[in-house]
Amino acid sequence: MRPDPRPRSHPTYIAFLVHRLSGLLLALFLPLHFWALSNAIAGEATLEGFLRWTDNGLVKASETALVILLAAHLAGGLRVLALEFLGWRSSQKTMVAASAGVSFAAGLLFLLNL
Amino acid sequence: MGGTHLWVAQRVTAMILAVAVVVHLVTILVAVRGGLSAAEIIGRTRGNEAWLVFYGVFALAAGLHGAIGLRGIAAEWLGWRGRGFDLAWLGIGLVTAIFGIRAAVGLYAA
Repeated sequence: MRPDPRPRSHPTYIAFLVHRLSGLLLALFLPLHFWALSNAIAGEATLEGFLRWTDNGLVKASETALVILLAAHLAGGLRVLALEFLGWRSSQKTMVAASAGVSFAAGLLFLLNL
Repeated sequence: MGGTHLWVAQRVTAMILAVAVVVHLVTILVAVRGGLSAAEIIGRTRGNEAWLVFYGVFALAAGLHGAIGLRGIAAEWLGWRGRGFDLAWLGIGLVTAIFGIRAAVGLYAA
């Protein structure tokens, strides 16, 4: 890894870091998710068995973390697309990303009944 | 397959995923209310072409998007670059997508 001279305390760098780390974790989880589902969905009984297996605290906590990672990566991705395709300025996109992320996280935490 | 093609593929899949992930998150929130049940999920998807197409496109876009993202991180952090790595990432993305599409077909045919 080469040293990067750009400043790292800037909100844009935080946004970049959140997007990269959430993307990395989601990309590593995705093959596992698809593989597990493709095996579990062989009929209603096997899927029900798989879903009951997921009824434990560790899986529920992981699911909640994944939902938040997905919402964060979505918000960060919209920020990148707004910057690249709509020509939005850094201040605008950072505010949009922050508000979208906070509102999504709040909504999700509420709806997941945590 | 050059960097420009991959950049375009990453943005096109991102635009598809921007819509699909919102649908997925809303579906998750609806599905978990009152607890997850196989009967409820399959009741929604069995024989439904719209969900089959949605999940098929979603799985393909997500598989490719994830692999292209990992390719970028591996190139930057690990120095894994070149045609061989590119083809390997493409293969990983397509195999991932195939498992997702298999799951979508399972939901349709269950």
